[in-house]
Amino acid sequence: MPTMNMIQALNSALDVKLGDDPDTLIFGEDVGYFGGVFRVTDGLQKKHGLKRCFDAPISEGGIIASAIGMGAYGLRPIAEIQFADYILPAFDQLVSEAARLRYRSNGEFWAPITVRSPYGGGIFGGQTHSQSPEAIFAHITGLKTVIPSTPYDAKGLLIAAIEDDDPVIVLEPKRLYNGPFDGRHDQTLRTWAGLPEAEVPEGHYTVPLGKAAVVREGGDVTVLAYGTMVHVAKAGIEDAQVDAELIDLRSIVPLDIDTIVASVTKTGRCVILHEASRFGGFGGELSALAQERCFWALKSPVQRVAGWDTPYPHAFEWDYFPGPARLAAALQRAMED
Amino acid sequence: MSNCPRLDLHIPEPASRPGEQSVLGVLVLPEAGETRRPDTLAPEPELRDLPFGLIRVLDDAGRAVGPWQPSISPDRLRHGLRAMMLTRAFDERLFRAHRQGKTSFYMKSTGEEAIGAAQSMVLGRGDMCFPTYRVMSWLHARDYPVTEMVNQIFSNAKDPLKGRQLPILYSARDYGFYSLSGNVGSRFGHAVGWAMASAYKNDDKIALAYIGEGTTAEGDFHEALTFASVYHAPCILCVTNNQWAISSFSGIAGGDETTFAAKAIAYGLPGLRVDGNDFLAVWAATEWAAERARANKGATLIELYTYRAGGHSTSDDPTKYRPADEAETWPLGDPVERLKQHLIGLGEWDEERHAALAEELDQQVRAAVKEAEAVGTLGKSKPPVSEMFEGVFKEPDWRVIEQRRELGV
Repeated sequence: MPTMNMIQALNSALDVKLGDDPDTLIFGEDVGYFGGVFRVTDGLQKKHGLKRCFDAPISEGGIIASAIGMGAYGLRPIAEIQFADYILPAFDQLVSEAARLRYRSNGEFWAPITVRSPYGGGIFGGQTHSQSPEAIFAHITGLKTVIPSTPYDAKGLLIAAIEDDDPVIVLEPKRLYNGPFDGRHDQTLRTWAGLPEAEVPEGHYTVPLGKAAVVREGGDVTVLAYGTMVHVAKAGIEDAQVDAELIDLRSIVPLDIDTIVASVTKTGRCVILHEASRFGGFGGELSALAQERCFWALKSPVQRVAGWDTPYPHAFEWDYFPGPARLAAALQRAMED
Repeated sequence: MSNCPRLDLHIPEPASRPGEQSVLGVLVLPEAGETRRPDTLAPEPELRDLPFGLIRVLDDAGRAVGPWQPSISPDRLRHGLRAMMLTRAFDERLFRAHRQGKTSFYMKSTGEEAIGAAQSMVLGRGDMCFPTYRVMSWLHARDYPVTEMVNQIFSNAKDPLKGRQLPILYSARDYGFYSLSGNVGSRFGHAVGWAMASAYKNDDKIALAYIGEGTTAEGDFHEALTFASVYHAPCILCVTNNQWAISSFSGIAGGDETTFAAKAIAYGLPGLRVDGNDFLAVWAATEWAAERARANKGATLIELYTYRAGGHSTSDDPTKYRPADEAETWPLGDPVERLKQHLIGLGEWDEERHAALAEELDQQVRAAVKEAEAVGTLGKSKPPVSEMFEGVFKEPDWRVIEQRRELGV
């Protein structure tokens, strides 16, 4: 079994779909000849031709609008937004158009589009290359949002997203592109090489949307995380020395509510970890769901560990980034009550 | 202090306001037949005068003159006239229905009926129109069932869109009519993407999209033109310049500084400026742009110069911001009257038949409204509430299933 990093796994997913479905095409800023600023589309134009993978004007609204039109025609376009921070100019298209087209036309038109975008912090990207906008998509009825944490999931989820008939946003944790990252920024960088979750089959497979992964079983507390934070959570759990059950949500819409409820009911404690700032973040929804559905099983208040409610700061990256120590402290608090 | 004058902010204002004499009647516009008709395959640099002209075919006497005269059979002309008259009859009856509390909202196409009717007839069945709310004549020209339209407006149990959309925000895929939304301009880029997809598939279909002159100030307009230009998308991008964006005159959108058609020049696209109240001119310009698009020469921007004779919507009173007689002084006349005169001049129509047709269409609309009323008007009848939860996603997720159960439907 070949080992791939996340970039190679995503590239392989796109390669597989370009190969097996002539109605797929990829476009976005710098994705063509150059192969994308993160190299995710590297070689695809050369292999599949200019019309299957091409550059777009610097116009996020135009990219998503065109993708919706292509989708309405019957294609399955894959659009790249170079950084998730830059998706906001396209927000009206995602909210007012992609998310509602099927509903408002009573099924006459729909937008089977996939929007890929690198997101999240930990790369010293400053305010405009570090944000985690998933909660604003989760709030919009009609959009699906997928966030992988391993190369294997990245490929399988991306193929599932492309084959899905609804608009799907795939947020790629760019801090994980080249290797896992557990938040210990002062330690040597690791690569994906040799890790079981980096064993990625060459051909077609899917990881279904809406099915969470139980990364680690445990009996005392449930940790809900996704993206880079899955790796941070592993480290935090190790530091806290608790018997935690770690759930990687993999997609926040659709959300695997059954796995969450089963785990929180079993452990009686819940700590939520995400990179995005806390107030109004997706952790609030997860917390509310845990309270609504598991209240009588809870032994302590649901805790949230998240980015601070400031813009993402450049010099203070490691003060802002929720690392293992903050999770460990939250786990201790959860266990004390 | 320098010797320069102090800076002064310019706020555009229309030439006349309520209580004043309308000045539209003295607009200096090119004569019918004056604007040249280049070859459809002409390179764009040779077309840069066209956005400053005005393609007109019908002169003041209703005769077709000049190089843009299209070849349309009398039967087709009568079909177009009928679609325009049906639109007007429909507008009048449904506007009244709103005043009677049978629906929440309505928007008339009055004065702009030639646009949707002519373009609907020029384009093929496989092509796709990305409409605005003032091109209902597109559907009437294609004989969309009138009762269905009223059912949609009444949001009743037979509403084809299941009560999910504001009145007149139709979707009619089989009639080449893309789903409307209340966000102005946001479908302009969809048309370009749709056209790109047709070209990608080596198909022969083209897209036609509308945007209002006020909406040309939105990013969507410029994004769509950029994409259309870059990828030579086979589409026709239309600006219906009806002079008013709710209460803001066209100068607020930049129309005092240049023509809307001329905005094409910066994108390397042909820009045509067309008398939008002239069925024949709209027809001819659309045919020109469609032929160009189908020949892989890409998109054309067409400004349809017209006048919104009614209010913006049932919530708007235009006498509050413009002279009451403005519509009557519009120098390009009434599109229905002009096509009628033309047909009469050809010996293919007369006043008696016209009056009889108007009566027939009024009866047709009355019957349709009656039929829809029997199903129910707003609040008196609606699709099953379970429909509210359908179609959010292709397959419902647990939220939708649970919440539907919570509502007890």
